[in-house]
Amino acid sequence: MLNLPKIEKRSSGAQLFMQTIIGRASPRLIGLYREKSWLIFDVLFPMLSVIGYVLIYQAIGAPADYIGFVVVGGAMTAFWMNILWSMSSQLYWEKETGNLPLYISSPAPMMGILLGMALGGMVATLIRAAAVVILGSLLFHVTYTIQNGLMLAVVFILSMIALYGLGMMTASAFLLFGREAWHIANLAQEPVFLVSGFYFPLKFLPFWVSAAASLIPLTLGLDAMRQLVFTSGATLGFLNVNLEAIILAVLSVGFIVGAKLLLGYTERLAIREGRITENRR
Amino acid sequence: MQAENAIVTEALGRVYTIRGAKKNESKKLIALDNINLEIHKGELFGLLGPNGAGKTTLIKILTTLLSPTSGKANVAGLDVYKQSDQIRHHINMVSGGETSGYGLLTVRENLWMFSQFYGIESKVAHARIKRLLEIVDMTDRANTKCSDLSTGLRQKMNIIRGFMTDPEILFLDEPTLGLDVGASRDVRKFVRTWIEEDRSRTVLLTTHYMVEADELCNRVAIINKGKVLACDTPAALKRALRKEALFTIEVTSAEPFTVDALRNLPGVNRVDLFAEDGFSSLDFVLKDESVLSAVIDAFNPMKLRIKNLLKREATLEDVFVALVGTRMEEVEHAESPED
Repeated sequence: MLNLPKIEKRSSGAQLFMQTIIGRASPRLIGLYREKSWLIFDVLFPMLSVIGYVLIYQAIGAPADYIGFVVVGGAMTAFWMNILWSMSSQLYWEKETGNLPLYISSPAPMMGILLGMALGGMVATLIRAAAVVILGSLLFHVTYTIQNGLMLAVVFILSMIALYGLGMMTASAFLLFGREAWHIANLAQEPVFLVSGFYFPLKFLPFWVSAAASLIPLTLGLDAMRQLVFTSGATLGFLNVNLEAIILAVLSVGFIVGAKLLLGYTERLAIREGRITENRR
Repeated sequence: MQAENAIVTEALGRVYTIRGAKKNESKKLIALDNINLEIHKGELFGLLGPNGAGKTTLIKILTTLLSPTSGKANVAGLDVYKQSDQIRHHINMVSGGETSGYGLLTVRENLWMFSQFYGIESKVAHARIKRLLEIVDMTDRANTKCSDLSTGLRQKMNIIRGFMTDPEILFLDEPTLGLDVGASRDVRKFVRTWIEEDRSRTVLLTTHYMVEADELCNRVAIINKGKVLACDTPAALKRALRKEALFTIEVTSAEPFTVDALRNLPGVNRVDLFAEDGFSSLDFVLKDESVLSAVIDAFNPMKLRIKNLLKREATLEDVFVALVGTRMEEVEHAESPED
């Protein structure tokens, strides 16, 4: 006799959705304390870029707030790297390792799997970004003047929802395009650092460049947060904070809905053509 | 009384479009052709065939990972194409050699994560994981990171993942691939016990190991090139060959020899030669026992000395040879683009 404990009930609907999110978030969260290499690759290395820009600003006698701009921007690069290299490429990797067929053939909603990936990545990256902010602020004596704490929280949360919504959408796209997607990721890394104003005020870019870059949620999110935490932020801001928050809310809804639609399309294509869950073909 | 069916396929077919190196250069590959199967609830059903026969394609369709291009299939009374979401609550699957899960998670953490995708309460999931680890003798590896497991232990973990959710229908695709003899035997014993404990459980097992199909399965379908060639109990399939006489003769020879002359003897339906460790073994399928003396007479001019002669019962390998005309090994050696 096997004497296996009986499964009296199985959750479904919203409860299964929540269990799926927590289950899929767990590898990222466990990895955070088990694999300490992130301290070097995700905190120390981004700090080197931050230090470089700070030294340039100090050398040319830029206003003190610019140093704060760099520290906050440097911290936010962690989120963009996470989206590009973990979130977007994750479904592709899940296919390669054989997890994707198991996810699709389980009762778990695929949207829950994606949200779990996003939540795990978001929490793990938040800790990395916070480490960069704390370290940078201590090193360069950055002072923050928080003008509206509630608005700051709203902007940050909306930025995260929109950003990870974009990540969820691109995860399906990367799965569809396979290896070609790696080139897109490579292409998207450095140019986004530039057009999103990670290391300088966005306002100094031509208007239409900044407007186009606003499709990447970190662009407006970062600009709005800088306006809310630095004295000179408002004068260096690209758009009004309220308008930026509204655009971020629209992007959040758009990207989450887009992610759901694209995921559904990808799954249907996978089942019809048999080439997405099959890494040999 | 007719048994209730867990899986039914009707004229099921799947054609792949294989893209070529150049644009507009593609070809069609028939992976499954007119598959009609009825697998009863409580049955341990085997799909036996060489690599490339279409076994995995069939499993993919039944586990809702692939749509058929013709015909239809029902799992747990639900249509695989139209009701895939509902089917997923009733099934689970384990594939041989899969590398699922995450290397940085421990065995227990990986298994818990998968249990969450099936809506199992954490407390129950942990209790089942504990018991299953005991059964497969992996309790001491519960807290080992997956990346540190050997291939065999990883496969044991996969097997636990499949049984942990207590599915109504379990798909095992070459489950003992990569396991040593002892571990394979343990897995077969476990599968057999699991299904016998509750007759509402069904297992569809694919394998290219004849012994596995023979030992485990209530019924077996022999599949090759996307077609089901025969479907019955292992005993009934072998019984159909009983009118023929099967002999294995071990011989020694001073010089190399071929079996062409033996193949041409009247009444010899088939001869296979296996050379190993300085002696050769000849498997004969004869029309009847009376042909044996002519065969032995033919050994003299070939300078073959008999070391051992055994009259044997038919195996599923013989059934496969009788149906396909060649040994499964030989089919597998031929190029095969799709399983």
